[in-house]
Amino acid sequence: MSNSNPSASTAHGHNHGHDHGHHKDTFITKYIFSQDHKIIAKQYLLTGMFMAVVAALLSLLFRFQLGWPEDTFPWMESILGDWAKGGRLDPGFYLSLVTMHGTIMVFFVLTAGLTGTFANLLIPFQIGARDMASPFLNMLSVWIFLLSTVIMLLSLFIESGPAAAGWTIYPPLSALPQAMPGSGLGMTLWLISMALFIASSLMAALNYITTILNLRTPGMTMTRMPLTIWSFFTTSILGVLSFPVLLSAVVLLIFDRSFGTSFYLSEIFIAGETLNRTGGSPILFQHLFWFLGHPEVYIVLMPALGITSEVIATNARKPIFGYRTMVGSLLGISFLSFIVWGHHMFVTGMNPFLGNVFMILTLVIAVPSAVKTFNYLATLWKGNIRFTPGILFAIGLVSLFISGGLTGIYLGNAALDINLHDTYFVVAHFHLVMGSASLFGMLAGVYHWYPRMFGRMMNEKLGYLHFWLTFAAVYMVFFPMHFMGIDGVPRRYYNFTGFEYMAEWMDLNRFISISAILGSAAQLIFIWNFFGSMRWGKKAPMNPWNSNTIEWTAPVEHIHGNWPGEIPHVHRWPYDYSRPGAPKDFIPQTVKDDDLPEELRKPAMQPAPQYASKEAVPSETLLFGRLLQVLGIRKA
Amino acid sequence: MSATQTISADSNSTARLWGGGVEPFGASYGKLMMWFFLLSDAFTFSALLLAYAALRFSAASWPLPDEVFSAIPLIHGKFPLIFVGIMTFILIASSVTMVLAVEAGHRGSRKEVVKWMIYTIIGGLMFLSCQAWEWTHLHHYGAWWGSNPFLNADGSPGMVNFTNLFFTITGFHGFHVFSGVIINIIITIMTATGVFDRRGTYETIEKVGLYWHFVDLVWVFVFTLFYLI
Repeated sequence: MSNSNPSASTAHGHNHGHDHGHHKDTFITKYIFSQDHKIIAKQYLLTGMFMAVVAALLSLLFRFQLGWPEDTFPWMESILGDWAKGGRLDPGFYLSLVTMHGTIMVFFVLTAGLTGTFANLLIPFQIGARDMASPFLNMLSVWIFLLSTVIMLLSLFIESGPAAAGWTIYPPLSALPQAMPGSGLGMTLWLISMALFIASSLMAALNYITTILNLRTPGMTMTRMPLTIWSFFTTSILGVLSFPVLLSAVVLLIFDRSFGTSFYLSEIFIAGETLNRTGGSPILFQHLFWFLGHPEVYIVLMPALGITSEVIATNARKPIFGYRTMVGSLLGISFLSFIVWGHHMFVTGMNPFLGNVFMILTLVIAVPSAVKTFNYLATLWKGNIRFTPGILFAIGLVSLFISGGLTGIYLGNAALDINLHDTYFVVAHFHLVMGSASLFGMLAGVYHWYPRMFGRMMNEKLGYLHFWLTFAAVYMVFFPMHFMGIDGVPRRYYNFTGFEYMAEWMDLNRFISISAILGSAAQLIFIWNFFGSMRWGKKAPMNPWNSNTIEWTAPVEHIHGNWPGEIPHVHRWPYDYSRPGAPKDFIPQTVKDDDLPEELRKPAMQPAPQYASKEAVPSETLLFGRLLQVLGIRKA
Repeated sequence: MSATQTISADSNSTARLWGGGVEPFGASYGKLMMWFFLLSDAFTFSALLLAYAALRFSAASWPLPDEVFSAIPLIHGKFPLIFVGIMTFILIASSVTMVLAVEAGHRGSRKEVVKWMIYTIIGGLMFLSCQAWEWTHLHHYGAWWGSNPFLNADGSPGMVNFTNLFFTITGFHGFHVFSGVIINIIITIMTATGVFDRRGTYETIEKVGLYWHFVDLVWVFVFTLFYLI
């Protein structure tokens, strides 16, 4: 364990700093059973990317069905066999595809892939620790995660097909193995895989929390932590408190499936036969599921928001606007996310009064979300923006967060939800605000910290191409779905040819499918760039983005224990960019006050008053004032 | 970490509790991890117990615990609460011996730690044996997952979720006790072989103790909800 012997790496040079002298790293111990947070981050990233490719391919299969429901695709039969007899997708398998796409994207890509990568990489680096609190537990978590990945993928290769009850696995489809083909072995594997996933995420989250609380370098107060670290902190707390509830729900579900209990079942008829199950409630499952399910949305989103804060501030060369409100809104979102789960269940026959309570609490989340959005915009405002691919994706996140977030206000309304529930409006909403936005955050992070991970720069031109194609594709795929949803087109339907009122959406569906194919193809550019840059990328300097945070003070070449010699101490907050009078436009966190002229000693935590003119950085009031002027509501 | 890290002269920031370079409240990361794990586990049990509450109070009638849990080994007749009272007493007594083990650990007395840990393990095993007997007894009556021979309080056929919930939740708790006993055995062996003397701290006993007390605390809720009301 590296942190048991922090001074060990001092004695060694950069080249073999990972070698502690008492053991030699073989390929197996260095890359496979590694306890080093940097390697573990890469393991998470590569697994996450692989799963993203799988989930995207699954979505393409069902997009072919939705775009061309009348046509046959002989190539489909050659890959899928009986699931696409005669080149036409089997309706049951269509449901499996939707289920697996959702499950893999939400849990394996955007939960484990995103947080696993960046929390592991950045927590020790940015707080100044040699490694995670428990490197062993960290390794255990990545291996259990990998096992759950394998089991989940395994379910794609069994005769009855993978789980088909939707990623929310509502009973009775998930509770009765005989309900449909996907309810059999596929569902069992889904449950086993998720139980392992929960164990893995719990271990990871415990590690993140304790590392952040206990292993900060001297001077790294809580209010000097970069916002990435704050977001991993709140995300981990959500994970620790919400995943166990899913575990309980899954345990009860397993008993319903295998031991004849009736926790979620009552008065069930199947194939003309009455089952001897009484007294249970499928709604109970929904309550337990969404107690996880809603915080899960923020588990997915908050790391992306943290990454965005960091990338935007660094590349706009400005202090993040409203650091304290950024932290406050993370905490606010975390708290609120636990008490709004009912908005997923407005149409379950919920007491209207309770529906009102959930509605009001849901709409309150708009406040911290808006705070974050406006802070991003205010940070960008008149910044000296450096358009790296990283910040493009970060700005893309802000855009998606706004357009997806606004529809959340409609869906959070209990009365409107009667119309919109389970339509494509919902699909559009969560794909924009949680799916795509988080993916953009992840991509921003990859572009930004790629030099930190692999010691080389990614190709910028390919990055721009990747961004613009992805950005366009995301809006082309998901934006039209709003219109379909408002018209009442339901989600999860195999085809719409049997319904006359949906016929007019045929062309749009085809447009969406073509956009999805283009958007997925654009990801090949990224994959090429990602792997190609490892070999051919420009060698990265130590601090390629002129960033303040201390991960850039560590040598480019990774060493065990991160820093040769002493850990850097921290003397200021991480967002001292463009301070007037400073020799450079950034003051790294490691710079001591003694080395600075008097007027620069206090960090610019509250930026506005410290700038020469108020025009340079507007206060929130000024910003709103300008907005009103721009909109023509107030005279200049 | 803290043992090897020297606090720098940068006193204005490092001396503070949350200033970095120190473990806030002097709690090591391991102890903190245990606390957060217990918080998480508390949510697991809360979810199960809330599911129990939701199912029980949506049922028109429910079996009376005094009728169901009224047997004592080798004695005929109905003695509600006696046997489960003994079980609860044993478990709480094992918590007391655990406290004594932790206290002995603070004094660094290896022999006493081993002694009290063995008492704790015996307590845990006794509790598990009692539970095994009770389960067997109910099973003989025909109670199991998916079948409930006990009538509801109003004389109607018993709600099958009564036994479903009983076996699932006490089983889940029993699994926790079982894991605790295994961990206690490992820790006792580690103590006896002098691992903690070499490490210079008996903190591991404290962490395991936290887990053990938590499992006892959960039992108090399980006991109340299944046997008392």
